[in-house]
Amino acid sequence: MTLNLVLQNIANGLSLGSLYALIAIGYTMVYGILRLINFAHGEIFMLAPYYLYFGMLIFSLPWWASALVAIGLTALTGMLSEKIAYKPLRDAPRISALISAIGVSFFLQNLSIVVFSGIPKSVHRPSYFTKIFQFGEIRIQSTLFASVGISVVFLSLLLFIIYKTKTGLAMRSISYDIETSRLMGIDVNKAISVTFIIGSALAAVGGILWSLRFPQIVPTMGTIPGLKAFIAAVVGGIGSVPGAMLGGLLLGMSEILFVTFFPPISGYRDAFVFLILILILFFKPDGILGVKTQEKV
Amino acid sequence: MKQRNEKTCTLISLIVLFLLVYLAQNKLDAYKIRILNLGAMYVTLGVSLNLIYGFTGQFSLGHAGFMGIGAYVTALLVLPAYYKEASFILEPLAWPFTVLHAPFIIALIFSGLFSALVAFIIGFPVLRLKGDYLGIATLGFAEIFRIIANNLPHITNGALGIKGIPEFTNLWWTVGVAVVAIYVIKGLISSSYGRALMAIRENEVAAEVIGINLTFHKVMSFTISAFFAGVAGGLFACLLTTIDPKAFRLVTTFNILAVVVLGGLGSITGTVIAAFLYNFFLEYLRPIEAGFNLGPIAFPPIPGLRMVTFSVLLLALILYKQRGIMGGAEFSWRWLFQFLNRIFNHKKTTEGGAS
Repeated sequence: MTLNLVLQNIANGLSLGSLYALIAIGYTMVYGILRLINFAHGEIFMLAPYYLYFGMLIFSLPWWASALVAIGLTALTGMLSEKIAYKPLRDAPRISALISAIGVSFFLQNLSIVVFSGIPKSVHRPSYFTKIFQFGEIRIQSTLFASVGISVVFLSLLLFIIYKTKTGLAMRSISYDIETSRLMGIDVNKAISVTFIIGSALAAVGGILWSLRFPQIVPTMGTIPGLKAFIAAVVGGIGSVPGAMLGGLLLGMSEILFVTFFPPISGYRDAFVFLILILILFFKPDGILGVKTQEKV
Repeated sequence: MKQRNEKTCTLISLIVLFLLVYLAQNKLDAYKIRILNLGAMYVTLGVSLNLIYGFTGQFSLGHAGFMGIGAYVTALLVLPAYYKEASFILEPLAWPFTVLHAPFIIALIFSGLFSALVAFIIGFPVLRLKGDYLGIATLGFAEIFRIIANNLPHITNGALGIKGIPEFTNLWWTVGVAVVAIYVIKGLISSSYGRALMAIRENEVAAEVIGINLTFHKVMSFTISAFFAGVAGGLFACLLTTIDPKAFRLVTTFNILAVVVLGGLGSITGTVIAAFLYNFFLEYLRPIEAGFNLGPIAFPPIPGLRMVTFSVLLLALILYKQRGIMGGAEFSWRWLFQFLNRIFNHKKTTEGGAS
């Protein structure tokens, strides 16, 4: 194992991890506010590359314009899914909302099969994302810089919104106590809509960057990255935004390094991810950065 | 209504049920029998999940895993020697499994026991977790099982799966197992154990304070639940005659969970109704995507349209009936007789009023 190879894989892990982090934020924000595991989030992630693909194919937009439109449309889809499927269930048992989320996930995935067809499509990648840089023996594709760079930009934007704006303050207060926030005159419905818009937009950014890395897109592509990002959110401490970022990076990195160091059992890479999850749950159930919840008697 | 009369009613309805099974098994075509089989299998799966989630309040997302364990145990025990040689292409089957062979019923019992053993072992550490964390951890174990099954070609034949399993499962087996599962779980929850389980569901701290051993009761509920999931998995293997790790993905757990929640958490009656409705709809929506002619207009086949319609129905049901079809209520003879009585008496009074 040469140093170069290790560095190469750290770079790979970083880029995969930043994608997980982008998706994980949607899970963690929604859970923080509604205590709902939004199983439809993986499908939201999958929609973005499709919007991008059809934006370029039908309206012949340039890549960047199509990407922006895709982010907007994905955010809109996320917001609508909340209005239709979760909002009426706000006072119902939490499990009903979870079943509703599973229903939305089935719906979006199969609607995509109907509308976009189940045949894999390959998304166009602009040439500036496929350049290869050579540092000594390490070869790094520009996608990697782009995904890390763009993730950092969007994540800082998110932190700014959450910690420096009034909407962010409202979101934080709702996740602390939804009833009291309502009594304090906070528009809960608006804040929840904003949460879904932000979460879905970040998943869209993740989806588009994903399609630069793996240009084949199919309607079922959202399930596995969605599940792993969800694990990342739990590992980082579900409900905590910095935790989701850390969890995503940690998960992406350990997944790549596991495959690098143990190539004969690389088929177990997903099992390894779940093992990390279970160990974290046993020893630190609230995640790395989660707040410890104490049950009052 | 006296206790003895209720028992007679139950006995009569059981006899009627078995007559119906006899008729269905002999008169219906294979396709309809398949749907009924799936429905009855989902009753077993749903009722067992209802025990751990609906009655004990422990959120488990590992049911597909336990079902998978049962399916593989049964498949390896009943697979004819010829297929054990022919279908393991990647690597030959490992030693003990090449000679092990058992009749179907023994295989089913072993499936349940093995599943229960796994649940017992992971239950002790896992069931200390609460709420969603427990769900996530059990989900993790189920996925780990699936990945292991994918990576052990000398036992599970890897991603290719096991083919040529004899088709032992018929309505007698699926309905029979469902009846046994309902009988055992109904008996359990009406016993003092059941009251302890429901106390844990309502408030864990309070239950512990009045002297209920949390670990013992939770692990017991989890183990029994896994036993029936394993048996249902065995039925599944001998129903489809072919299994592979893909059949035990998270989606399968979601289907079982949807059956339990749509039926109404903590209602066995609801689970039974929802299990059959769920499978009927899944199958009878098939013509939608097959393409059809409506007068002169021909609709082309559209793959995926069935599941789109199905998910819309699922969403509509959960949005309209937020607590499920039965909402936690249970069918009982007393309820039925009171209901009949009311209709009967109502009729009498209206007749009296008219004259």
